[in-house]
Amino acid sequence: MLIKRSSIIKSSEITSEDNYLNRRKFIQSSTLIGGSLLSSKLLGANLPQEPFAELDDVKSSLYSTDEKINNFLDVTSYNNYYEFGTGKDDPYRNGKDFQSRPWSIEVTGEAEKTGIFDIEDFVKPYLLEERIYRMRCVEAWSMVIPWVGIPLADIIKSFKPLSSATHVRFETLHDRERMPGQKSRVLKWPYREGLTMAEAMNPLPLLAIGIYGRALPNQNGAPIRLVVPWKYGFKGIKGIVKMSFVKSQPKTSWEMAASNEYGFYANVNPKVSHPRWSQARERRIGSGVWASKQPTQMFNGYGEQVAHLYDGLNLRRHF
Amino acid sequence: MLSSRTARKFLKPPVFLICSLPFFLIFTDAFELTGNLGANPIEEIQDRLGNWGLRFLLLTLMISPLRQITGQIWLTLFRRMLGLFTFFYILMHFFTWLILEQSLYIPAITEDIITRPFITIGFLALLILLLLTITSTNKMQRKLQKKWHKIHRLVYSASILAVWHYWWQVKKDITEPLIYVVILSILLSYRIWIKYLQKNK
Repeated sequence: MLIKRSSIIKSSEITSEDNYLNRRKFIQSSTLIGGSLLSSKLLGANLPQEPFAELDDVKSSLYSTDEKINNFLDVTSYNNYYEFGTGKDDPYRNGKDFQSRPWSIEVTGEAEKTGIFDIEDFVKPYLLEERIYRMRCVEAWSMVIPWVGIPLADIIKSFKPLSSATHVRFETLHDRERMPGQKSRVLKWPYREGLTMAEAMNPLPLLAIGIYGRALPNQNGAPIRLVVPWKYGFKGIKGIVKMSFVKSQPKTSWEMAASNEYGFYANVNPKVSHPRWSQARERRIGSGVWASKQPTQMFNGYGEQVAHLYDGLNLRRHF
Repeated sequence: MLSSRTARKFLKPPVFLICSLPFFLIFTDAFELTGNLGANPIEEIQDRLGNWGLRFLLLTLMISPLRQITGQIWLTLFRRMLGLFTFFYILMHFFTWLILEQSLYIPAITEDIITRPFITIGFLALLILLLLTITSTNKMQRKLQKKWHKIHRLVYSASILAVWHYWWQVKKDITEPLIYVVILSILLSYRIWIKYLQKNK
């Protein structure tokens, strides 16, 4: 590619790293001092229409890692989002003009409250949180990304799922005109993903609407996407338009494409290799040409929070 | 008709330079002079070198049919050069994997070569190309005589293994490996067809 990568994103669109890090410090200290004040104001999340627009009132989270954050350019130019093409820079290039408004999310299935909600109303009742998570791709590379979003569990609770619901299933927008990658049959569209209810109610999964304190860029799944840090990145479904509470384990896109290589659980597991490559180590993006790969951690290092979900489950069989 | 002498004198140097260009572009891209290597430079270097290795391999296989069809004898002058460039790019592809991707970590390297079929066949293709490179000199050609042709027919196995290696490595979108498969199939079927014609003469 003969495009200068640094020219991919206008400098005005980038929060400089220094600026961003300072802002984070400020947010952290202000939440420490005035945290109760903020939450008592019951502001609610305001979702700006434009990608890259700054998000207000984001609180920090104890679940964040203090590892070095990847730079904005890497996070926004190296993506797997087949709806915009299979190349790593396709989502940036082909997603540039994607209009993510108006946007609504349909909630269906085994729940007391269902319906179609405008994205703004969908996120309105919640406070935004910043969660800095490790992201481990099934292709054996990883990044550290500062997401902004809402804990999935909080959103699910508000819909009061019935006890008959065992899983929650998500779908991406299916629109060949707006998502040109869907003209290819590389995957079955729409992209679908799912979690067990126990997984979904864990405090870690996030419905993200931003990165680096700004609204999600299109290539990262605007306007709303899932982040499940202990699972391979492909579980993080982007551009969500539908959330269903269902009574059995849903079929997921990569499982449908190659069930011997990608399972429903897709937990990060260094001991279970992909049939074609090892998952024992990973390349941290941004670590430079001479850095060696680092060992992959079980559940991507989130075992303390999630290992109990899989007690008694054969993780080699249920990969 | 271009004479072999003129071709050697005037075409060989520029073709040599053109063939080295993709290699130098990796360096100028690494320093962001001509482009860049993206967020995952190691993967990018490895992919580019592998891709160019495959392209040169197919170009090498194109020489003989082209010569037969067009009658331009001088084309043969470029067969060895393209073959050696193939080996150069594939060797650099292998070194990138060995040094940058695996950081010379021997357990991971041996595990991959033994247990990952796509790496096993890629490694086999490399060994064949190594053999062909060693036996590519005029001296070796004279020394081996009839055996030389037998040995160098291994290039067909190497090309099948190399394209297969690429196909197997791709996650899901097989468009690019498919292009190589189609070109290689044409090149190999041409040879089978010629053989068939000679037999039934």
